[in-house]
Amino acid sequence: MTRAVTADSAPRTPAPPAGDTARRPTRAAADRIPAPAPEHPPAGPGRPAPPRAKRPAAGSPLRDRVRSAGLPYLLLLPALALELLIHLVPMATGIVMAFKDLTQEYISDWSAAPWAGPDNFRVAVDFDAPVGEALLRSFAVTCGFTVLAVGLSWLLGVTAAILMQDAFRGRGLLRALFLTPYALPVYAAVITWSFLLQHDNGLLNHVLHDQLGLTDSKPFWLVGDNSFVALLLVAVWRTWPFAFLLLTAALQNVSADLYEASALDGAGMWRQIRHITLPALRPVNQVLVLVLFLWTFNDFNVPFVLFGKSAPQSADLVSLHIYQSSFVTWDFGAGAAMSVLLLLFLLLVTAGYLLLTNRGRGAADA
Amino acid sequence: MPDTATAHEASAAAARRRSPTALPRSFVWTRRIVLTLLAVFTATPLYVMVSSSLKPLEEVSGAFRWIPSELTLEPYRDIWRTVPLGRYFLNSLIVSASATACSVVVAVFAAYAVSRYRFRGRQVFTVTVLSTQMFPGILFLLPLFLLFVNVGNATGLALYGSRGALILTYMTFTLPLSVWMLAGYFASIPRDLDEAALVDGCGPLGALFRVLVPAAVPGIIAVTVYSFMTAWGEVLFASVMTNDATRTLSIGLQGYATQTEVYWNQVMAASLVVSVPVVAGFLLLQRYLVAGLTAGAVK
Repeated sequence: MTRAVTADSAPRTPAPPAGDTARRPTRAAADRIPAPAPEHPPAGPGRPAPPRAKRPAAGSPLRDRVRSAGLPYLLLLPALALELLIHLVPMATGIVMAFKDLTQEYISDWSAAPWAGPDNFRVAVDFDAPVGEALLRSFAVTCGFTVLAVGLSWLLGVTAAILMQDAFRGRGLLRALFLTPYALPVYAAVITWSFLLQHDNGLLNHVLHDQLGLTDSKPFWLVGDNSFVALLLVAVWRTWPFAFLLLTAALQNVSADLYEASALDGAGMWRQIRHITLPALRPVNQVLVLVLFLWTFNDFNVPFVLFGKSAPQSADLVSLHIYQSSFVTWDFGAGAAMSVLLLLFLLLVTAGYLLLTNRGRGAADA
Repeated sequence: MPDTATAHEASAAAARRRSPTALPRSFVWTRRIVLTLLAVFTATPLYVMVSSSLKPLEEVSGAFRWIPSELTLEPYRDIWRTVPLGRYFLNSLIVSASATACSVVVAVFAAYAVSRYRFRGRQVFTVTVLSTQMFPGILFLLPLFLLFVNVGNATGLALYGSRGALILTYMTFTLPLSVWMLAGYFASIPRDLDEAALVDGCGPLGALFRVLVPAAVPGIIAVTVYSFMTAWGEVLFASVMTNDATRTLSIGLQGYATQTEVYWNQVMAASLVVSVPVVAGFLLLQRYLVAGLTAGAVK
């Protein structure tokens, strides 16, 4: 789950000014991006700043040029090699796998597996047959779960961030408490929850049944339909602190002048929240919601630790479903085909979301 | 309770913003109620974790009790014997630390190139890194599993199940994460700084290591903590790519459940023990982490 955390940090990284490569397409040599201001820090007396060309390292101009052109690639080389090894090759392999009939007997010699053409995909999307039907149901469950979990996590995060914007006694401690679920290793947190949700000796049933008398009998939380609620509860508990963390950071960048000015105009606290705070959070929300979506939709850790290898139908998230289709039945071709479909879906949603929110933002700014 | 401005320096701006008395009562009451509820929601599982880890087995097997009837430290002794927790701990440490260290070192160079040079293919590289980081782990799991098994068979190397293979798979998420966060952080450092070093006759590597890296220490700390935490908590790859000898904590903790019984007190004690290092690190370095995140993400 944490892996996406950074996905978030990513999209808005002030990446080097976009398009500067595009502007000079014919230039093969790499250029150092110049500092925005031309003046170099004042050179000390008696040490006049030499022009760049006179750098001591300079050999023949041509060699120098080749060297400087190659430098960024040299710096990137380890990262490029690793990217190739751990991302691109496996992805290409995954796509090939999706077109193979890759059952158990071929796993240790996968090149011998017969080609299956589009059969794996056909089976995966044949919603009248058991495999396709199960995938569709898992997909639907995942969508419902994602919408609820992201919505609730965001709501709790934004509420807490706004309420804790002003200093009060114990705020630092409370902030540390709120962040703890996020800092815990996923499995430790989820195992603890699975204890809370146990039928006989869990806390939840003790409170609901023994102490409050709300239910006639102790409900099961980790099997049957209730498992959806259990999964949601655990996921929100773990995820909302991240929303809180990011939104708190974002609120620190909101200019105090805005609040002062609006206070002079007679705006009350609640109006300030509605008209200053929430709009100021828009850019962060755009990234945050996308990241929360990707995390939650792809979540494997929480259901896996909570339910084991095969989750109850009502909590069968799609990652776990693919995992199970691959490693429990050892049909890697089908699993790979489902992964490819999942990837296509995620790309589509992400692209659509970015288009939509960027346009929306543009319209709002205009 | 009057609100005192004993705030964190980070929130100095917020504290300056309104005098405490200006807060309307409705806001203060909403804040008290909502934050109390959230605190209860957050703290309950943590309380259960701590209190149950101090209970004897009979007490965690029967109906739940809020207050332990007797306290014992036995679970903390037993966790090391019921399963080879020490070995799992060591495995997790080796794998997480190696994946993090490799990623951060590689990322420092990559982030330097991306943030300071323009060259052909830069955008392709950044987009690739960004998108691979958003892909679900399951997408890489099947092919990596297959590749390790097949390459291992072909070369006679025991790749599948080895720590090295697990480290490599962990880099599928620690590397893009590190490159992105560091590139963002480097970009937030004024270029004049390393430009000046170049002018003074440092080579590009000198500028990187003598100027840029020291200036980026908070960012590097943030990335390291983040990668490590992520790797430490990883479940998916560990569930497939490890064997008895290389098992990590995330899967090893399931060993406290037998066919008939779960040693819940030991499960809670072990969960607490494996959480303490990362939670402590996170909370101590929280400030750097927020700085690193905001440099990379929010602005």
